[in-house]
Amino acid sequence: MQVNYWNVMVAGKTTTSHYKEISIAEFFEKNRHILGFDSPQRSLFMIVKEALDNSLDACEEGKILPEIYVEVSRKTGDTFCITVRDNGPGIERLEIPRVFGQLLYGSRFHAVRQSRGQQGIGITAAILYGQITTGESAKIRTKIAESDTGFEIFLQINVKENRGTVVSEKPVIMGQDHGTEISITAKGKYQTGKQSIIEYLRETAVVNPNMNLTFMDPDGQKTVFRRSTEMLPVPARSIKPHPLGLEPGEIIGLASVSGEKSLRAFLTGEFNRVSDHIADEILRVSGIDGDLSPREMKAETAIKLRQVFGTVKLMPPPVDCLSPLGEEFIRRGLKTIYEELHPAFYSKPVKRPVSVYNGNPFSVEVGIVYGGEIRGDDQIRIIRYANKVPLLYQGGACAITRAVSEIDWRPYGMDQKQGIGVPFGPMIILVHVFGTRVPYTSESKEAVAAIPEIIEEIKLALRSVGRGLRSFMNRNDRKEKANEKFNLVMNIIPEIGKKCAAILGRNEPNIDRVISLVANVVFINEASSRTDDGFDVTVKISNFTTEDRTFELYAEPVFGKIEGNAKWVIPPILSAKSFELKFKLLVGPERYPGVDYYTTGINPVLVHGAEPLPGDWSLREEEAEEDVQ
Amino acid sequence: MCSEVKKTLESMVEAIYNALDGGEVPEIRMSSRNRDNIVLDQISSVWKYGESKVSRSLRTIDGANYVLKNIYMIDFILEMLRDGKSSTLREMYYISEGWGKGKFGTQDESDLMAEDLEVITSLIREDFRLRPEENGASIIGDITIEEKSRKGDFKKINCKDDVGEAGYTIPNNVESEKLRLKATNAKFVLALETGGMFDRLVENGFDEKFGCVLVHLKGQPARSTRRVLKRMNTEMNLPIYVFTDGDPWSFRIFGSIAYGAIKTAHISEYLAVPTAEFIGVSASDILNYDLPTDKLTDKDIAALNAELKDPRFQTDFWKAEIETMLQIGKKAEQQALAKYGLNYVTDKYLPEKLGEVGGIR
Repeated sequence: MQVNYWNVMVAGKTTTSHYKEISIAEFFEKNRHILGFDSPQRSLFMIVKEALDNSLDACEEGKILPEIYVEVSRKTGDTFCITVRDNGPGIERLEIPRVFGQLLYGSRFHAVRQSRGQQGIGITAAILYGQITTGESAKIRTKIAESDTGFEIFLQINVKENRGTVVSEKPVIMGQDHGTEISITAKGKYQTGKQSIIEYLRETAVVNPNMNLTFMDPDGQKTVFRRSTEMLPVPARSIKPHPLGLEPGEIIGLASVSGEKSLRAFLTGEFNRVSDHIADEILRVSGIDGDLSPREMKAETAIKLRQVFGTVKLMPPPVDCLSPLGEEFIRRGLKTIYEELHPAFYSKPVKRPVSVYNGNPFSVEVGIVYGGEIRGDDQIRIIRYANKVPLLYQGGACAITRAVSEIDWRPYGMDQKQGIGVPFGPMIILVHVFGTRVPYTSESKEAVAAIPEIIEEIKLALRSVGRGLRSFMNRNDRKEKANEKFNLVMNIIPEIGKKCAAILGRNEPNIDRVISLVANVVFINEASSRTDDGFDVTVKISNFTTEDRTFELYAEPVFGKIEGNAKWVIPPILSAKSFELKFKLLVGPERYPGVDYYTTGINPVLVHGAEPLPGDWSLREEEAEEDVQ
Repeated sequence: MCSEVKKTLESMVEAIYNALDGGEVPEIRMSSRNRDNIVLDQISSVWKYGESKVSRSLRTIDGANYVLKNIYMIDFILEMLRDGKSSTLREMYYISEGWGKGKFGTQDESDLMAEDLEVITSLIREDFRLRPEENGASIIGDITIEEKSRKGDFKKINCKDDVGEAGYTIPNNVESEKLRLKATNAKFVLALETGGMFDRLVENGFDEKFGCVLVHLKGQPARSTRRVLKRMNTEMNLPIYVFTDGDPWSFRIFGSIAYGAIKTAHISEYLAVPTAEFIGVSASDILNYDLPTDKLTDKDIAALNAELKDPRFQTDFWKAEIETMLQIGKKAEQQALAKYGLNYVTDKYLPEKLGEVGGIR
């Protein structure tokens, strides 16, 4: 039996006779703004968001590639019907009233684990909002694979008793093996623009590149975000709460539903990182009797315990309870959604190691796209995510925005006034904060609270992608210079020789020696051509130095995979001669993504078109230049 | 002459060819063409380029592009010499469209390179058969010249009797193969910056009354105008007096006539008249004649400050005038003299000023 300890707390408060007991549903009815239903525009958005979060969580749990359909249709002027359909595992018939009709009902409430929704408020609040504003029941259709038919249920929420009431139900044949569809009729206002449903869906698509999402707007216009990978996300494992992650009241709540007989067993059995040895120490330091029944825990005991938790040496919580987006998802997502802007640079996404704030493990991931047709005269765009959910509102109050503003971006090549504030330039930054309990500024979960540990981690991740951006810019500069020099020795000087010869009526002069003198570099430049499954790449290596050269060359594609070994030993190339090698780059049907080349075994100053192999970076460039002179 | 020009240009090309073939990086060296590198030539009393050199080599993209364009230009000139043609600078700029990598970005670039080629070869633009698209200025006064007509014979023109009110127009080429100065009864030449003043003096019969030749400069005078002034000065012993507006740009007009221009310092000996006299409007004139004025703009002030550093303006007269102008913050036009009536300039101002410098005795 699932009982929610918060409910117990609510009930506990109302024992004093002159207080009238109100249910959490009643409370919401009167205070809907707390959950984000505070304006007609926001309300439609919240309904879509809650239903979509549920669908994605369900698919992720069922290890299913999400196929999701979202529709907002207009019934009358200010009344809309929102439908969200998924191909998730579906819901057992008997669970439906509780899953959808009871606030604070969660299937995994004690488990500490990262998920999109955290407290089981969302979808019920959405249904309740619809019910309050239009009087209409929510329509739910769901089917599990094990069952022959699906069910269609009209559901109302009994506000007084905080539970769902089935108004009508019938078995239906559904066109899919499993999945859930929910339709909610509610009053609201459909809005387009920066903080709109379509933007939310777009940003959701960025971090869910394994999802197919179709959206039908009130004008009947269809938008499809296509899946770009079939990878499943990294699953999060449930863990027990870490002692430092709970407040005294939560400790009491946990104790009151614990099946353990003694406080000692409660400590070792219900908490993470509490061994017998640690439990003994906690009890000894706190002077609490370990044989007490946890169900009878008093407030002062809980307060004392919480205090002692902070003094004993506890290991930080394990980190596999987190589910990052991962490098591939961030790259793919950014690439698919922003490809039409033809960015010049996609950073290698950065994920910070797991940190802990208040006993709650969390981490940060960051990815950037830069250049191309992204607007450059404006402040950069920050797309914020918490536990894979886009945050559209309250950007100014968010730890993510703060971290971006507190970094001096100028050394990384961005415009910023006095090194503070959101920088200007053609860039989109994706920041994902994820953890077992991401702290929000409010219940409507629109901004990450400015916890110093979190801001610090975001900044470290941002600096790391910033360095990548800077080296991209440097590399670009160098490439441009290399191309100029290449043009000089390949085109202009030969042309001068030819023209002089023509004027004088002589044979063309032999310019090899002059070219070696002028260039004194080894050029590495590539040409690519499309094939069915990728690109054929030809790399031409020209030795325009005065000596023979040999070295090793490595190739690393920005996207995709090189067929075979991407490492070559280049045989000695004579002065003023060149050498060609070819390889195949396997990538999807897209533009040529670019290949980074690295060399080793040659002074990097002599090489244009490739970087020194990262292992060789100890050879500082100044030294190398002296070497050449 | 033609074969000499051809030989000079070809030897330039040959030097580049030989360097390339011999495994040396070719370069083109020439005098640095900026203000810091002009020096007074003691013998001719004009300002010429000094010792400082710049070099364009194939080591850099810019240098190589320069050399490439230079060679294309030489090829084009050699072709004109061969075919007995000539072209305007503008035509050459458009013709360069077909030169591939040798194509010019702007006409300024090609004009400058034509001058560079003069500096490098010590030849003049006329030798290259390149001319500007605009004609020189106008002359009115008792001077007789002969100009070679299109038919090839020389036609005699008296610039007082044989011309209309606009005067005789100075052609692009004023070298002796095209223009001969024959005779004059004038005692001096008065060069005028503006058309309004030229017309005023013509209407008032100033040239006849004082026996002088009037030359309209049309602002900063073209090379051919300056060349004609130089020839009238040296071949006919006519003193040159320059009458301009009173602002920093007019000071530069006088500077280029008397001392030579920075851009054409390599041919100052052909163009500059070291004995030319400035007769205003000066900063002191503004004060002495209490002339109506305009405020100096920021650009004017910057130009005056640049002139203070200009080696050509380091005389006591010019330093005092420039500093006075900066101090009063005012400039005045030639026409400001009309404050005292239409005839004031011819009856009073010019006789006074010319009297001071000995033009009218």
